[in-house]
Amino acid sequence: MLYREAGQFKTTYAADQQLFPIRQDRIGLMLLAVAFFGVPLFASEYWFSAILIPFLIFALAALGLNILTGYAGQLSLGTAAFMAVGAYAAYNFQLRVEGIPILVSFICAGLTAAGVGILFGLPSLRIKGFYLAVATLAAQFFIVWCLTKFPWLSNHSSSGVISAQDVVILGFNFDTPVSKYLLVLAIVSVMALAAKNLVRSSTGRAWMAVRDMDVAASVIGIKLMPTKLLAFAVSSFYCGVAGALYAFCYLGSVEPDGFSLDMSFKILFMIIIGGVGSILGCFLGAAFILLLPIFLDYSLPAVAELFGLPFSNATVSHIQILMFGALIMFFLIVEPHGLARLWQIAKEKLRLWPFPH
Amino acid sequence: MSKKIGDVILDLQNISLRFGGVKALTDISFNVCEHEIRAIIGPNGAGKSSMLNVINGVYHPQEGKIFWHGKERKKMEPHMAAQQNIARTFQNIALFKGMSVLDNIMTGRMTKMKANFIEHALWFGRARKEELEHRRKVEEVIDFLEIQHIRKTPVGRLPYGLQKRVELGRALAAEPSMLLLDEPMAGMNVEEKQDMCRFILDVNDQFGTTIVLIEHDMGVVMDISDRVVVLDYGKKIGDGVPDEVKNNEEVIRAYLGAGH
Ligand SMILES: Nc1ncnc2c1ncn2[C@@H]1O[C@H](COP(=O)(O)OP(=O)(O)OP(=O)(O)O)[C@@H](O)[C@H]1O
Ligand SMILES: [Mg+2]
Repeated sequence: MLYREAGQFKTTYAADQQLFPIRQDRIGLMLLAVAFFGVPLFASEYWFSAILIPFLIFALAALGLNILTGYAGQLSLGTAAFMAVGAYAAYNFQLRVEGIPILVSFICAGLTAAGVGILFGLPSLRIKGFYLAVATLAAQFFIVWCLTKFPWLSNHSSSGVISAQDVVILGFNFDTPVSKYLLVLAIVSVMALAAKNLVRSSTGRAWMAVRDMDVAASVIGIKLMPTKLLAFAVSSFYCGVAGALYAFCYLGSVEPDGFSLDMSFKILFMIIIGGVGSILGCFLGAAFILLLPIFLDYSLPAVAELFGLPFSNATVSHIQILMFGALIMFFLIVEPHGLARLWQIAKEKLRLWPFPH
Repeated sequence: MSKKIGDVILDLQNISLRFGGVKALTDISFNVCEHEIRAIIGPNGAGKSSMLNVINGVYHPQEGKIFWHGKERKKMEPHMAAQQNIARTFQNIALFKGMSVLDNIMTGRMTKMKANFIEHALWFGRARKEELEHRRKVEEVIDFLEIQHIRKTPVGRLPYGLQKRVELGRALAAEPSMLLLDEPMAGMNVEEKQDMCRFILDVNDQFGTTIVLIEHDMGVVMDISDRVVVLDYGKKIGDGVPDEVKNNEEVIRAYLGAGH
């Protein structure tokens, strides 16, 4: 049997509150071990630099957005801009602070993004929903504009392009795809764990309370302003670190226009498809959005050939866009909690299978 | 009733509240004593809910004074009510729909938890200890309200009567000294009403909680409350023990006569 959780009874509250509540959820830990030790043995360089590294980085950005939108209920369209802040901040810390360790730069990048996030979160104290989304859209354009407008930020390079410095920790240069993958994996694992801890604690409950019913939340004693701003700060911190990793461990050189509204939407789609308000969903959504095009690239020509249809690359990208559109509508309408919820339902079914009553 | 009713802990003097041209409350004065069950009754739109909102700082009256434990209360924000140990439930259920029963009730203890978000993120220091400590308290509330079987259910999936009970649980988790209940039994069947009455009386009896209650069911009000305030069109038209109020001419005319 693949998955059985019947017959496990919790006898203490501590047991009930465990992070991986049932024995089988330790599968998560096993997956992590495989990711650290198994994958490097088998995956090719292409897989690392074109699939696994961006997957982890986008999952991290999706985590950031999900904290803000899924848990605290504040819709944001500025995710990519906060990533840009992180990328440029990390670059500048490396450039301008003598001898600063790269990990410290990443943390400072996150903190810088958090500061900017708080700033652009201020409107949330007055406005909600659609109007707030428009305000974050302003952040998206304003930040990208700033990065092109002020040459100091990109050390006077043409059109704001920056080339990330080498990633060196304790004398070890992370210059191969495998080493970069392992570094990103370590950072993302730690941050995902921290996010899980946050959302199951009273910080997370305060966010969800504000999301679900703000009057009741304040009557309970939750201060709306600090709670919302904390969500903006933590969310932007995650996005900022993701942006730094995007520049330093994935692309190597980035330009402001690379952090476009398109990218913000892509991350938003990840959480919609993966699951709004779910940590696991961020990973499922990122994998789905990144892998679907690759999957289609491989499978569509084969399918076309099978039916003897004419086929071009343009068709592939059109079909991709169509499928994304259809999927997003499906999840918004039918299953707002995304793949993560489908997974949970499957689990519940399996637990009782084959005796549903 | 054998219980001991204490001193006045909340004193409202000449409260007036307007929304633009609408006079929701006009020159209302009454008080609430420690450990009593104080009912507020009146026809629809009389200003009962507005009164509760004034008490816990959601609405700010234009005129009048409020004394809390003998001290005049300055302008107050909703979140300060929790600090002063005032908890409430709402007329239209105001639970956190996306969260489980357990999490909803845990939010009731929010103000008592001191760990900050960094401790939470690292699950370190006070974070873990507090979570367990407060979970224990919350389980007591769950036992008290007899909702053990639904503790992990998302509240959105529960029937109306149970949601009302969970909302009471969230308020009780704060261990309030004063509990404001806005129509806790509206829309319930007889059995559910009986349960709710029992819980309210038990809370009052076992924990000595002062209760301010809005309720339309006259039978219930006359049964369980110590004193009753009657409002009509934002004005106070009666105040006293149930028997007094029941025989008050104006009350009969305005309220009891009007189709109830
Ligand atoms: N936020 C508000 N803005 C404008 N008017 C309001 C507001 N809250 C209450 N009112 C008005 O104040 C008056 C009293 O309303 P309130 O809700 O206090 O009555 P109620 O006695 O609780 O009635 P019900 O039995 O229907 O719950 C009504 O005329 C109502 O329209
Ligand atoms: Mg009302």
